[in-house]
Amino acid sequence: MRLTCPLCGPRDRREFYYSGTEDYLNRPPEGAPIEAWDDMLHLRTNPAGVTKDLWYHETGCGSWLLVTRNTVTHAVLATELVAARKGGAA
Amino acid sequence: MPNLIAKSALFGRAPLTLSGTTLAEAQIGPITSVAAFRGKLAKVKKVLGGFPAPNTVSGNLIWTGPEQAFVLGQAPDLSGLAAVTDQTGGWAALRLSGPLAADTLMRLYPLDLRAAHFPKDTCARAPLGHMQSILIAEETGFLILIFRSMARTAWHEIETALQTLTARSSAEI
Amino acid sequence: MRIAGKGLIDRTKPVTFTFDGKAYSGFQGDTLASALMANDVRLVGRSFKYHRPRGILTAGPEEPNAMVEVLDGGSQSPNTRATVQEIYDGMAAQSQNRWPSLRYDLLSINDLAAPFLSAGFYYKTFMWPRAFWEALYEPIIRRAAGLGRLKRQIETASYEKAFAFCDLLVIGSGPAGLMAALTAARAGADVILAEQDSLMGGRLLSDGGTLGAPWVEATLTELRALPNVRLMPRTTVVGAYDQGTYAALERVGLHRPAAPHLPRECFWRIVAGQAILATGALERPIAFENNDRPGIMLASAALSYLNRFGVVPGQKVTLFANNDNARHAARQLMAAGVQVAAILDSRADASSVEDCPVYLNAAVTDTQGRHGLTQISGTHAGGAFQIDTDCLLMSGGWNPLVNIACHQNARPLWREDIAAFVPQSGMVPGLHAAGAANGAFSTQSALREGADAAVQALAALGRSATAPDLPQAEDAPYRLQPLWAVPGKGRAWLDFANDVTVKDVKLAAQEGYTSVEHMKRYTTQGMAPDQGKNSNVSALAVLADATGRGIAETGTTTFRAPFTPVSVGAMGAGGQGAGFAPQRYMTSDQASRDRGAPMVEAGLWYRPSYFPKPGETTWRQSCDREVLMVRSAVGVADVSTLGKIDIQGPDAARFLDFVYTNTFSTLPVGRVRYGLMLREDGFVLDDGTTARLGENHYLMTTTTAAAGQVMRHLDFVHQAYCPTWQVRFISVTESWAQFAVAGPLAKMLLNALLDERIEDFPFMTHAEVSVEGVKARLFRISFSGEEGYEIAVPTAYGEALFRDLLAKAETLGGGAYGMEALNVMRIEKGFITHAEIHGRITAFDIGLGKMVAAKKDCIGKAASQRPGLHGPEREQMVGLRPLTKTEIGAGAHLFNTGDKVERVNDQGYVTSVCWSPVLESYLGLAFLKDGRARHGQRVRLVDHMRKTDVLCEVTDPVFLDPEGAKLRA
Ligand SMILES: [Zn+2]
Repeated sequence: MRLTCPLCGPRDRREFYYSGTEDYLNRPPEGAPIEAWDDMLHLRTNPAGVTKDLWYHETGCGSWLLVTRNTVTHAVLATELVAARKGGAA
Repeated sequence: MPNLIAKSALFGRAPLTLSGTTLAEAQIGPITSVAAFRGKLAKVKKVLGGFPAPNTVSGNLIWTGPEQAFVLGQAPDLSGLAAVTDQTGGWAALRLSGPLAADTLMRLYPLDLRAAHFPKDTCARAPLGHMQSILIAEETGFLILIFRSMARTAWHEIETALQTLTARSSAEI
Repeated sequence: MRIAGKGLIDRTKPVTFTFDGKAYSGFQGDTLASALMANDVRLVGRSFKYHRPRGILTAGPEEPNAMVEVLDGGSQSPNTRATVQEIYDGMAAQSQNRWPSLRYDLLSINDLAAPFLSAGFYYKTFMWPRAFWEALYEPIIRRAAGLGRLKRQIETASYEKAFAFCDLLVIGSGPAGLMAALTAARAGADVILAEQDSLMGGRLLSDGGTLGAPWVEATLTELRALPNVRLMPRTTVVGAYDQGTYAALERVGLHRPAAPHLPRECFWRIVAGQAILATGALERPIAFENNDRPGIMLASAALSYLNRFGVVPGQKVTLFANNDNARHAARQLMAAGVQVAAILDSRADASSVEDCPVYLNAAVTDTQGRHGLTQISGTHAGGAFQIDTDCLLMSGGWNPLVNIACHQNARPLWREDIAAFVPQSGMVPGLHAAGAANGAFSTQSALREGADAAVQALAALGRSATAPDLPQAEDAPYRLQPLWAVPGKGRAWLDFANDVTVKDVKLAAQEGYTSVEHMKRYTTQGMAPDQGKNSNVSALAVLADATGRGIAETGTTTFRAPFTPVSVGAMGAGGQGAGFAPQRYMTSDQASRDRGAPMVEAGLWYRPSYFPKPGETTWRQSCDREVLMVRSAVGVADVSTLGKIDIQGPDAARFLDFVYTNTFSTLPVGRVRYGLMLREDGFVLDDGTTARLGENHYLMTTTTAAAGQVMRHLDFVHQAYCPTWQVRFISVTESWAQFAVAGPLAKMLLNALLDERIEDFPFMTHAEVSVEGVKARLFRISFSGEEGYEIAVPTAYGEALFRDLLAKAETLGGGAYGMEALNVMRIEKGFITHAEIHGRITAFDIGLGKMVAAKKDCIGKAASQRPGLHGPEREQMVGLRPLTKTEIGAGAHLFNTGDKVERVNDQGYVTSVCWSPVLESYLGLAFLKDGRARHGQRVRLVDHMRKTDVLCEVTDPVFLDPEGAKLRA
C-alpha cells in the first residue's frame, strides 16, 4: 500500500502510523453533552466503500494526513494535510 | 576551553570501503533547526536568504518538515519568527559514497534513490530500516542523518547491505 | 538420457552433485530434474498421503511431485522443487517423505489402506472424544503431514530485502513479456523484466519453435544495452499489492555454493506504475487410473527437457492428449530420434496423420510399473489396447496463469472456446495481461499482445509508444476438446501433491460439499505447496460435472499470494539478530560496561541494570547497596532516555495548557512543574516535568516509553485543533545527555564540577550553568525522593561528564546506580511509571484527580469526567506491605480476607514491587477497589504463578518521607 504525503510525495505504507477515523477531527466544544463525546470517541460507521481516516507520516515529515480511500477497492482517492484543512479549529 | 572531551557518535570508527564504496562517519558541525511560526515563513525566508522547498537542499539549508529546515551552522536571529533549536548533538552523520551507494541504501530505504530520481540536493525524511532519518543526495553519494543513539545500528545495517551487495557481485558468473 | 546437439546447457562445464547420497554429474545450466533425467533417475519422491512413488511431472515451479531437500552448509531447504533447483558442484539433495529409503518406504502401507483414507478421512476419524485431539490425534496427524522437514535450528544463513521502482514491471519473459519489455524500453520507459527462470525467454527456449533462442538472445542483447531496463532473472513475482506494489522473490545464492554474506534469496518490493502479466500458461494433466507413476509427465515438460536441457524422459514414448498443440512434443521427440509408440488422441475428429501410429477416440484407463511406468492400457476407436512404454506424455490443454491478476480478490472469466479461465481487465489496477496468460496461446498472438499491452500500459502513464515490427512465429490454431477425467473405477489423480483423486472430489459433492471452497477444504485439493496449479481447474470441472452445474457457475477458489512458496527467512530478511530492532545506546554506555554493569533493554534503549562491586554475587546485593548509597551519600544515573521536547512560540503556554491537565501558562520562567497528560478518552497518556526556559520557551520531558507516542499526540493536537497557533516543537531527546545526581551529598558533588558553585537552588527550579567549561542545564527535580538534580550537557560531552561525575562521586562514598535501584527508590516514594499508567488508568485512580484543572479545557478533560471513571468503584492506587517478609510479585491479585479466591471477588492487582533496604520490607504499588479509603486495612495477595498467598497492609503509596522534607532540603 502506498500513500501520497502532500509534502513528501508517494511513500510506502510502512512510513505511516494509522490512527483511525476522521471523527477525531471533530472535537466537541467545551460543555458539549456526553453523547457528543461518545459519538466522537466510540461510534463508528465502518463503511464498505469510501472512508476518511487519519494517518501520521511518522517516519517522514510528521504531518497528519486525512486520507480518503475505498475499503472495498483499496483505491486511495485523496490525501490532504490535516493542518491545512478547511474549517480547521482555532 | 571546555575541559570535557567531546565525542562524536561513532568516535574512533575507521571508514569501511567495499566495492569502491565507502561508509564513514561525517563531521558536519553545528545543526540548528528552524521552524517557522504560522504566517512567518516569508520573513524567515528573507532573513535566511531563502528556504528550501520540500524534499530539497539549498545551500546549507535542509528541508526537514512543514515550514521547517535544518541549518548546517548557526542560524541568524529569528526571534518572533521561528523556533530555533540546537540539534547538533542529536544527530550522527554517516556518509556513503561510491558506485554501490544507491543500491545499498535501496536495501534499507523504501525510496527510489537512483540518481535520475533522487538527484544531488534532494533530501527526504524517511526511515532507514526502522529508524527515522534525514537522507541527503550529494555529488557522489549520500549523507545520512540518524538519531545519535542509533548510529551503531545504522552503521551495522548499511555495512550488512554493502557486504551483501559485494558478495553478490563477486559471485556473479 | 542425454541427447546430443540439443539444449542450452554448457557441456564444457560438468557439475557433480549427490542425490540421496549417490554422486551424479550434469552440466552447468541443468536443473536437478534435468540432471536426474539425464542419469535415468525416474523415482524422485513419495507422495504426501499414500507415499506413492513419484517422478517428474513438469519442468517448472509448479512441480507437485519432485520436491527434495537441499542441504547446503548449515542450511536445509525442504520442499525444493527439483524442476527449479539448478545444480552446482557439491550440491547435496535428498528425497523426502520416505523412510527408510526412497525405494522402500514403510509408510507406503497407506497406499493399501487407501479405501480408509478418502476425502474427509481426518474429519470423520478424529472427531471424538474431544480430549483425544491434543494428546493423540494432532501429534499423529502432524507427524504424517507435511513433506519436507524443518531443521529445528536457528537459521543463520543470510537473506536480503530490497526495494525497486519502475514505470513498467513485466512479469515473465516469454514472447509476450519480451515484446512488451522491448516496446516499452524503446519508448524510453523505465522497465523491469522479471523472470522466474534462470534464463529469459520462457517457452521460446523450450518449445522448439522457429523463433527460438537466437531471437531471444538478440532481443536480450538490445535490452541489456539500454540503461532504462533492468533484467531480473531467477525472480518470481509472488504477489500483487495495493497501489502498484509487487512482491518478488529472487534466488541469489541457491544455485551456487554458500559464500560469506551471499544471501540465499532476496525479497523484493517493486513499485510499478503499470505492470504486464506475461506469466504464460500451464499445461494440465488428464486424470485416469494410476496417472501418477514416474514416467508420466506433461507433454510440454518433455519439450522443455528436450530443447532446453538436451535430455529425453524415455526411450519409447506415448502421448495422450485432447488437443493439436500437444503433438509438437511427439514430433520433436521423433525428430530427435526417440521412438514414439503411439499418439492417443481423445478426440474422434482429429487428424491421424503423423510419423507414428495415431489412435483417435482414445482413453488411457490404467498404467503399470511399480517404481516407473512400463505399460499403459485403454481403449480407442479400434478397441482395447496395451502398449509397452516407459514414458507417457499427457496434455489436457492449457490454463493461463491468472494467479497474480486475482490477488486482489477479483475472479477470472471462464472462456468456453479454450476451456480455461482468463483474467479480466482491471482485476488489479494497472495490470495488463498478455499472451498465454491472457488465453492467446500461439507464439504470434503472444508477441502481438505483448506489444499491444505495453503500448496500452504506457498510455496509462501518459507516454506514447509504438509496437515494433513483429517477427514471424507459429500461429497454429489450438483445437481442443475438453477432457478432465477418463471415466473409471480406480484412483485417478487430480492433485498429485496432496493425493486427491477424482473419487475424492465426487465424494465431497455427494456428501454435500458442493461449493468449490468447501470441496477444497474437505478434500485438501489445492492446499499443497503447488497450491493447485496443476489441479484446480480439473478438480472444479469434476465438481461441476458431479453437481450438474457448469464450470463458470461453479467458479474458482480464491487465488492468494504468494504465487510460489516464499521462505520465512526471505520475508524476514534483515530482521535477524541486531537487525530486529534498532539498539539505542546512551553516551554512558561504555563507561557503564567498563564497570561491569549488565545492560537491560528498556524499550529500544540499553540501560545499566546495576553496578556490581567485588564480593557481590546477586543483583539484589548491588541494588540494595546502591539504594542505601543514594539515600546516605550520592548517586549518579544516566537518565538521557527520557523524552525531551523543546516547545517554542507565543502560543506555547496556551498549547501546554491544552495538552496538560494542569496549568503551565502560570509557571514562572526558571521554574519546573510536574504535568499530567490525558488521552482524549480521559485515560492517562503520560506524565513528566516541564520547565519554562523563557517567556515563550518550554522544555517538556516525557517517560522513556512514551516519548514517540507523546510527540505523535502533540503533532495531532497541534495540526488538528490549533494549526494557526504560533507554536512549534521538536524532539531534543538526543541533543542532551542528562544525568540524575541524587542524595544528601548531591550538591557537594555538583559543586565539585560546576564552574560556578550553586548555593540556594530550590526544588523545582532550573538554570543555565557551566560545567567544566561546557554550557549545561541544571534542574532541581527528583525521582528518588532525595535532594536531586539533573544536569544536561550537549550529547557529545555526555560520556566525559558521566565519567567525571562517577569519579568525584566515588570520593564522596557515592557512585553510579542502575535501573534496579532507580526502580526501588521510585516505588519507595510512590512515583508512577508506565507499569502504573498502563492505559486503563485515570487521573482519579492515581490520586491526581485534582490536577485536572477546573478553569480550562484540556485534552481528555470531558471524557475523564464521564461516569465510571472516578468514584469508589474504581481501583485506586495504594501501597502494599506484606505482613511477613514474603516476596511478592507484580501481577498478583488482591482479595478481601474471607472471600473465596475467584474472579468475581477480585479487588485489584499489583503493578510494581521491590525490596526496600531502607524499610526492610517488600513494598508494592497496587490498584485496589476504593483503595484510598482502605489505608490501614488488610487484603489478601494471591499470585498463582509464583505460588504466593500473603496478607498485606494497605498503605499510602508514598512509603518514605511523605512530607517530602528530603526532596526539598
Ligand atoms: Zn510527509
